[in-house]
Amino acid sequence: MNDRRLLIIEDDPQIRRFLRAALEAEGFAVFEADSGGRGLIEAATRQPELVIVDLGLPDMDGREVIRELRGWSAVPIVVLSARHQEEEKVAALDQGADDYLVKPFGVPELLARLRAQLRRGATAAAGQSRISFGQVCVDLPQRRVSRAGTEVHLTPVEYRLLSALIKGQGRVLTHRQLLLDTWGPDYVERPHYLRIYMGHLRQKLEDDPSQPKHLLTELGVGYRLQT
Amino acid sequence: MNDDRPDPDRLLDELRRDEEAARRGRLKIFFGACAGVGKTYAMLSAARQRLAEGEAVLAGIVETHGRAETARLLDDLPLLPSRAIDYRGRTLAEFDLDAALALRPPLLLVDELAHSNVPGSRHAKRWLDVEELLAAGIDVYSTLNVQHLESLNDVVGSITGIRVRETVPDRVFDAADEVTLVDLPPDELLVRLHEGKVYMPEAAANARQNFFRKGNLIALREMALRRTADRVDAQMRAYRADQEIERVWQVKERLLACVGADDQAEKVVRATARLAAALKADWIALHVETPALQRRPDAARQATLAVLRLAEELGAETVALAGSDLAATVTAYAQSRNTGKLVIGQPRPSRWQRLTGSTLLERLGRHARDLDIHLVSAEPAPATATPAKPAPRGPIDWRAYGWAAFLSALTTLPAALLLKVFDPANVVMVYLLAVVLISIRFGRGPGALAACLAVLGFDFFFVPPRFSFTVADTQYLFTFSLMLAVALIIGQLAARLRFEAVAAQRRERGTAQLARLARELSAALTTAQIVEIAELGFRDMFRVDSVILLPDQHERIRPAGAPAEAVLAVDAAVAQWVYDHQVPAGRGTATLPASPARYLPLKAPMRTRGVLAFVADEAEPAPEERRLMDTCVAQIALALERVHYVEVAQDALLAMESDRLRNTLLTTLSHDLRTPLTSLIGVADTLQRDDLADSARHELLQSLQDEARRMGSLVGNLLDMARLQAEGVTLKKDWQSIEEVAGSALRQMSIPLARHAIATDLPPELPLCEFDALLIERVLVNLLDNAAKYTPPGSEVRLSARVDGRWLAVSVSDNGPGLPPGDPTRLFDKFTRGHGESAIPGVGLGLALCRTILDAHGGQIRAENRPEGGARFTFRLPLGEPPPPPDVLE
Repeated sequence: MNDRRLLIIEDDPQIRRFLRAALEAEGFAVFEADSGGRGLIEAATRQPELVIVDLGLPDMDGREVIRELRGWSAVPIVVLSARHQEEEKVAALDQGADDYLVKPFGVPELLARLRAQLRRGATAAAGQSRISFGQVCVDLPQRRVSRAGTEVHLTPVEYRLLSALIKGQGRVLTHRQLLLDTWGPDYVERPHYLRIYMGHLRQKLEDDPSQPKHLLTELGVGYRLQT
Repeated sequence: MNDDRPDPDRLLDELRRDEEAARRGRLKIFFGACAGVGKTYAMLSAARQRLAEGEAVLAGIVETHGRAETARLLDDLPLLPSRAIDYRGRTLAEFDLDAALALRPPLLLVDELAHSNVPGSRHAKRWLDVEELLAAGIDVYSTLNVQHLESLNDVVGSITGIRVRETVPDRVFDAADEVTLVDLPPDELLVRLHEGKVYMPEAAANARQNFFRKGNLIALREMALRRTADRVDAQMRAYRADQEIERVWQVKERLLACVGADDQAEKVVRATARLAAALKADWIALHVETPALQRRPDAARQATLAVLRLAEELGAETVALAGSDLAATVTAYAQSRNTGKLVIGQPRPSRWQRLTGSTLLERLGRHARDLDIHLVSAEPAPATATPAKPAPRGPIDWRAYGWAAFLSALTTLPAALLLKVFDPANVVMVYLLAVVLISIRFGRGPGALAACLAVLGFDFFFVPPRFSFTVADTQYLFTFSLMLAVALIIGQLAARLRFEAVAAQRRERGTAQLARLARELSAALTTAQIVEIAELGFRDMFRVDSVILLPDQHERIRPAGAPAEAVLAVDAAVAQWVYDHQVPAGRGTATLPASPARYLPLKAPMRTRGVLAFVADEAEPAPEERRLMDTCVAQIALALERVHYVEVAQDALLAMESDRLRNTLLTTLSHDLRTPLTSLIGVADTLQRDDLADSARHELLQSLQDEARRMGSLVGNLLDMARLQAEGVTLKKDWQSIEEVAGSALRQMSIPLARHAIATDLPPELPLCEFDALLIERVLVNLLDNAAKYTPPGSEVRLSARVDGRWLAVSVSDNGPGLPPGDPTRLFDKFTRGHGESAIPGVGLGLALCRTILDAHGGQIRAENRPEGGARFTFRLPLGEPPPPPDVLE
């Protein structure tokens, strides 16, 4: 993990300080920026492998930073937001951010998310054909799903939803993105479809559907597949 | 000793008088016997003296009448530009009241107090302008001639033969702070007139011929002197009363002036006013509308109303009653108001009344032996005064007569049939019946016609020789006359009965409507309701569209309620004026009579609550309608005031309640925030030491994390509560799966619940339910957090959901110690904690937040102990109609 470059765009010095301490201990090379403009310059010059962006920046909206960044980089972006910023959070994810954390957050939580993002970059590059999480195994070319060795029958819609989640595994996928991938552009205003089909998927794939371990709900935002 | 104590009421009265006088401007009147004695000159001289003393004086309006000496005095006085008003194509210069009010000079000169303003001005009379100036705290100098004093107007008129129409109420004169008599002996005045100093030369001769006769001048001078002397006398008496010189218990007298419908009414009113002034008594002008009077045409009724208005201006309380017996109504009213003196005009009884001894005077004497009755002499009206025109009779309804004739003729048919069986005597009865019915239906006149026709018909058709008016048997002549008399009498009685029934019905309807309005108003809880009820009630009762205007916080008057058409005609500025001055204005009043709408202040006991405006179709409402309207307006004002005080009381209660809450919040917050902060700081300090064992360091770090997390959830709850209450709750409702929300909440609470056994019972077939997922997640998180806090480690916490009728019921239960004793609903109050001030942190805000969230969803939450032990919190959400499921086109 040595020398992985990481950029923090955050205006609060206390938060920057503890993030730097925690992340350097994890072996990251940490760069800091206290404003959006500064952050974009740092991102261009340091070429980080991961960017953490605070949504409330003094000079420009965090979403704008993400949009600019996405203009020329596919680097994983994790957003930090306060509570009650659901809309901004969703907008940031729709803009291209990969995950978010709500303040206050714990360091273990943060590290787990960052690792997931880095891993995702690696697997995406490898172009896996088989994915497994828990007892579930998905064979993408064969379109077959099995749980604890037994084949699970999924309807076409359920399968499309699952593969959308797999495609973005580790990322938080907003309702909009999932509806678009699974049902098409005419259905983006019907999030209750997702609730019904996610329920079906959990019934078929999770050990305890009411306390899911992999098909996680990000309330008010979307879903994520945790492998 | 007791007797020497001053009467507190009187002291208060005095104090109030002083206070009011201090606030008001002072009025000084230069009073004279007639034009030309030098009032304006005296006024200007006095003003110049004040100017010389260094005071700012402004000449508001001064009429020099082209007199050179007077004009010279005006030379260096600052003059207020007059206002130009267009009136019937002519431009007239008028005193500019608004400019004067805006400038607020300490002293303002306003000549000719009795002047009538040009129509279109705010007030009809200049003395009303002056009243407003005084109320605004501006001192005013003005001038007045004796003939313009209201109560002396008729006397002066009868002496000089010239009645002036411009009058000033006596109370204005009496309330003036100073009156300076400007006196000039008649001979000198005549000399001045002769020299052309009084009027312009060409007008002088004409004036001298008519008005400036020496006899007139002497009489006028005497009257002016006497009126001034009266004032001095009154002042002397007031002074003596102040000084407790006189200690006589005086019963306040009250006079009752009977205002009839004849030309004596005005004389009676003026005489009573003078008498009342002399006796220092209150007085009432009473008009009784008898059925006969109610039949008069409108113009005649307007004349009576004008007399009543005059009485009001002269300081009377005016009352109009309806009754069929004049004498009985008057005495009953006199007794009810405890008045001992009655003033009536000299009756001019008809010969018939004189014969039967039924003149008003005699009947009054019989009815009320303890009343003093004052008669006002009946003089022929002054020659030059416009003779009172006989009131034109109402148009005769010829159709009613036609019907009467037709029905009388028709009666002949059944009568002819009856004659075959019965005597002619019975035929008479049939005719009498017809007369009674016709009288009831069509009134007196047609009834009388029917009576005559009945006699003629009986004679012509039934008395032999038939089909001729000649009578064979002379005894039938007696029958005819008797029949005519009987028919006329019962006809008139029947007509009167009907008339009174109609009048009673009308009165009753008014009373019933008023009662309904009062009942509805008393049930109204908000200002908006009152406005609606009042506007509807006004439409019902008076058939006019009304608008109620209410003041906002800045005392600006605005229309309340839905904008109706009537709003268009309502002038906000006039309404504001009415609100500020608390007097009616607009059509039918003395202020702005040219305005299309009438504005009534809604006067409640404490203050004016608003203004009611309506477009009046007639200039003057009938007295009974006006009375009804006044009562309505008073009721509306009372209702508005009541609601106002209810709101004030509620606000006070809320303020008290929120004060109490704030105090509890501060104490609990300071405890609940300070305790973890203390341990945080302490732990951080301890961690800085180098000599800590690893295990101790680990333990401290753990508690650091716990405390911080708890503070985090406390602050989260506080923020949620503040947000919900500050913004009012705006829900982001969507069709959600409770299983998902429960999963999310359980994931969030995984650390605090790590040492508890979690069980879920969420059937997969649960339907979607519409709610704000994040808020319901807060509810679940709080309930789970409570379970974690109040149960020992190892307890089971169960989250379950099921469909219960039209509700989705979700419960969080545990097998811990259960709820504290007491009413479980109290747990949901803000800042209540089951276990008192315990070591377990949390402001007791969590459950209150839960209830707020569920209230916003139209749901419920309750707490109970499970029979098998432990606590259970259950909330219910309405299920509603879920949206259609996804298309099955897969």
